[in-house]
Amino acid sequence: MEAVTPITAIEEEIVDEFSLFDSWEDKYEYIIDMGKKLPALEDQYKKEENKIRGCQSTVWMVSEAKDGRIFYKADSDAVIVKGLISMLIRVFSGQKASDIVSADMKFIDDIGMSTHLAQTRSNGLRAMIRQMKLDAMAWNSKQ
Amino acid sequence: MESVLNKKTLDVQVVREQFPILKRQVKGYPLVYLDNAATSQKPKVVIDALVEYYSNYNANIHRGIHTLAEEATAAYEQTRETVRQFLGAASTEEIIFTRGTTEGINLVAYSWGRANLKAGDEIILSSLEHHSNMVPWQMIAEEKGAKVKIVPISDEGEFNWEAFELMLSEKTKFVSVVHASNALGVINPVKKIIEAAHAVGALVMLDGAQSSVHLDIDVQELDCDFFAFSGHKVYGPTGAGALYGKRALLEAMPPFEGGGEMIKQVTYEWTTYNDLPYKFEAGTPNIADTIALKPALDFVSSIGKDVIRAHEAQLLEYATNELKKLPGLKIMGDVKDKVSVVSFVMEGIHPQDIGILLDNQGIAVRTGHHCAEPLMNRLCIPGTSRASFAMYNTLEEVDSLIRGLNKVIKMLR
Repeated sequence: MEAVTPITAIEEEIVDEFSLFDSWEDKYEYIIDMGKKLPALEDQYKKEENKIRGCQSTVWMVSEAKDGRIFYKADSDAVIVKGLISMLIRVFSGQKASDIVSADMKFIDDIGMSTHLAQTRSNGLRAMIRQMKLDAMAWNSKQ
Repeated sequence: MESVLNKKTLDVQVVREQFPILKRQVKGYPLVYLDNAATSQKPKVVIDALVEYYSNYNANIHRGIHTLAEEATAAYEQTRETVRQFLGAASTEEIIFTRGTTEGINLVAYSWGRANLKAGDEIILSSLEHHSNMVPWQMIAEEKGAKVKIVPISDEGEFNWEAFELMLSEKTKFVSVVHASNALGVINPVKKIIEAAHAVGALVMLDGAQSSVHLDIDVQELDCDFFAFSGHKVYGPTGAGALYGKRALLEAMPPFEGGGEMIKQVTYEWTTYNDLPYKFEAGTPNIADTIALKPALDFVSSIGKDVIRAHEAQLLEYATNELKKLPGLKIMGDVKDKVSVVSFVMEGIHPQDIGILLDNQGIAVRTGHHCAEPLMNRLCIPGTSRASFAMYNTLEEVDSLIRGLNKVIKMLR
């Protein structure tokens, strides 16, 4: 099997990338760019049961397990959220369920995006992470 | 402060001096607070009143015979008199303190609804309603087998008068409508609605959450049966609001909650209830915030709602004109008769993205469905971005909003 970069190493890569930006504009332009580049989710998956609650925008996410690893696909109608999802997918997709569940996600604080983790109705990052971890747990118990 | 008084035009810099929070920086930018329809900031007199209460005369009210209790009771009851004047009610017995508009509506839905509604009765609401003037009626209607009917609106959010007239019948028992829409700012033709509803024998409640800070309220002149508002949207503290109800109706209604304060006599077998307004105020109320609501209302009166309205109308007109110049921007509820709220959508840009990018520039607006999901569905949009103006906002802040939105467009398109 192809070697998978560990979660912590990907997190470090992202932290390094963000350290190059010295203004909020650069940071958000990067996130927006990631959002625009995230492939659109096929329409068949854009249904009620794949929606993540707790987001002001609509977020759909699906996951599957292959050879003990979890793969995610997601989409949103808001581009910043889509960029954040893209970043989460980069960190989690293809990892082992147990690694996903135990990831501390400290890098979000390190890149200055922890405001998106605030427990308000408008920020969905927390809800997305929760759903990704729940999916990982569910796949893990089926294996 | 002196120069604010007795002036026909508002000196916005003098007003701003009264609001300590406006000196704040957010993310390195001066705060531009345009989320006043959600809650307004508080003038120093309100903050001082809270500190003064807890520092000098904190006590439970109405029962104690000691000095502190007497002082606290007097201050609390003075707010009731100020609210009476603020709403133009005939008597302080018609003023019931609540946590805010939502509690006022729930009180009427449960107390009046439980005692009076029966299967087949109809309750009429408008399409503009906030969830808080929708859900309590759906709940009581379900319990009693009554039906909730919704008056449609035009694409701009205007009340469909013809449809309303067709809905009214002897089955109509209650009409509850928002005075001014929180999501769009549109003002409903409440005087006409009240007259028409009364003609078929229905009662009318007005949700005054947005109107009370901007419009002159005279419940006797309006002849509404109930009127609810929240103090925190009128520069007062959160958790302190009031419900007005006509005395005869309130007297006939059963209590909403049971407990201390609302009783006259209690035995192990039976209880007799206190007189108005205490019958509806069970338990220790929110004393501090209610006391600090008085200086908020006095502050508004000292400047004059007409003076504030003229200032806000100028902000609204300027913002509306400038926003329309932005490519792909559409104002929702672009009508003449509205309070100082401007709600808009931008082609290809989600409101949440707008909110996040404006926040990074120190600009606070509200984005989303504004707790009016059925209205957003009716308008076929996921939500809007909403800027809402208060007495302390400036034309320069409108310029900041426009600059901020230009940056949003540059970053997202």
